Amino acid sequence: MKVEFRNLSKQYEPGQIILHPMDFADEVHTLAVIGPSGGGKSTLLRILGGLIPPSTGKLWVDSEEIRQSEAALQQYRKKIGFVFQQGGLFRHMNARDNIAVPLEQVHGYGHEEAEERAMELLARFGLKEDAGKKPAALSGGQQQRVAIARAVAARPKLLLLDEPTSALDPEFTTEVLNVIRELKEDGMRFIIVTHEMGFARHACDKAAFLCEGSLMEYGESSQLFSCPETKQLKRFLGKLLQWNIS
Amino acid sequence: MKRLQQLFWISGNKKISPAAAVLNLVVVTALWVALFWISLRAIQVTLDFRFLGEFHIRIRNGFLMTLGLSLASLALSLILGMLSAAGQSSPILPIRYFCSIYVKFIRGTPLIMQIYLFFYIVGTAWGVSSRFLAGVLILSIFEGAYIAEIIRGSLLSLDQSQLEAARAVGFTKKQTWRFVILPQMVARTLPALTGQFASIIKDSSLLSVIAVIELTQSMREISAVNFRLFECYLFLGVLYLCLTLPISLVSERLERRFQYES
Repeated sequence: MKVEFRNLSKQYEPGQIILHPMDFADEVHTLAVIGPSGGGKSTLLRILGGLIPPSTGKLWVDSEEIRQSEAALQQYRKKIGFVFQQGGLFRHMNARDNIAVPLEQVHGYGHEEAEERAMELLARFGLKEDAGKKPAALSGGQQQRVAIARAVAARPKLLLLDEPTSALDPEFTTEVLNVIRELKEDGMRFIIVTHEMGFARHACDKAAFLCEGSLMEYGESSQLFSCPETKQLKRFLGKLLQWNIS
Repeated sequence: MKRLQQLFWISGNKKISPAAAVLNLVVVTALWVALFWISLRAIQVTLDFRFLGEFHIRIRNGFLMTLGLSLASLALSLILGMLSAAGQSSPILPIRYFCSIYVKFIRGTPLIMQIYLFFYIVGTAWGVSSRFLAGVLILSIFEGAYIAEIIRGSLLSLDQSQLEAARAVGFTKKQTWRFVILPQMVARTLPALTGQFASIIKDSSLLSVIAVIELTQSMREISAVNFRLFECYLFLGVLYLCLTLPISLVSERLERRFQYES
């Protein structure tokens, strides 16, 4: 799907610029957004997800402009799946309801149909036994798999993941990344903000490097990782390699 | 010696054995009874509850009046509490300040002063002649301010990530309230609201000063006739406990139940 934005910027208070005006236009299959913390990655993803409005600029998805009125954004969000870093599941609902209730209320599924779809996804992600558990009773990795299941339940055009593994232990991280890779194999398109460079490099076709509120580099991820152009990306990748096993 | 110690001592969060619980309860109850008995002996009073039979209709009416007052006040104060909690974050400033002054004034002054003050406003100026209705109105105005703070507190403690998640799944504002905010608020406020109901029951006793014939006033009248002051107030306490103890048990259970959810 084609994602395009022109002159997109975000600042919360005068002088406090999160994103400098930036342009982008490309066909998105699987895109990793990398960069140091505080570089504006999550803010950009939230704007793309219609969760916060940009301060300036326009956004098009599949050549359709995303208008920033609440009603238009609400329609737009229906077509997008969003996974948060943590705490994105509704705490008072069990795993099944977290998936089924939005399907029923937002996407017009029948009650039975919604529960069936929820159970199908939970089974697929290895969570069949946990359908009746509330988030607090699930491990961090299980919570994120439920969150991903909820995000893909209504078959969105695009899945947005905001550091879905950065609050997780290494073993749970792998578990969640495997789920995302499986989705990719099924043809799901996604944009992921991540610090898992191995995943960004090998599982995503394209990568974008966001630093100090600017889109510094963008391209094939194999290219971006092997031949970084800007000194910021070189420094960023250098730091990551400092404690590498091999 | 060690075994004896085990019966009266508990360390950390170990579970108290039923035997130890019963034994300790019996000991403590005996101590309380002894304290009362010695005190009463000191002033040469012997307890005699036989009058209760004679006055049981008045006591029952008083009890029902207290229950009625409390239930009606609970309903009305919930509405007042919700309105003023919402009002305190209203974009319309006069409403916001009105609600905030109401809550501060009520919480900062004693109920008995409010009863006297409002009785003249509600009763005389607004022409409410029914003492029951006046009592309910006054008590609700009082309790509403406390409920407003309970509700406002739980709204403030609502996690922003839950609201963002609601937007992300495509919920409208109305759906967010119905499926996310309200269920989570109920979980947070229900234990405290139940506790507040116990307060309403106890606070309703002060309405006796405007001659609402509720439980306390009934007992006061009875004791004025037969001078059995100790028996009357002791029994009065037991009757209030019959109402408030189950409520505090329910409140504790709710608290434990919802602990895991929020």
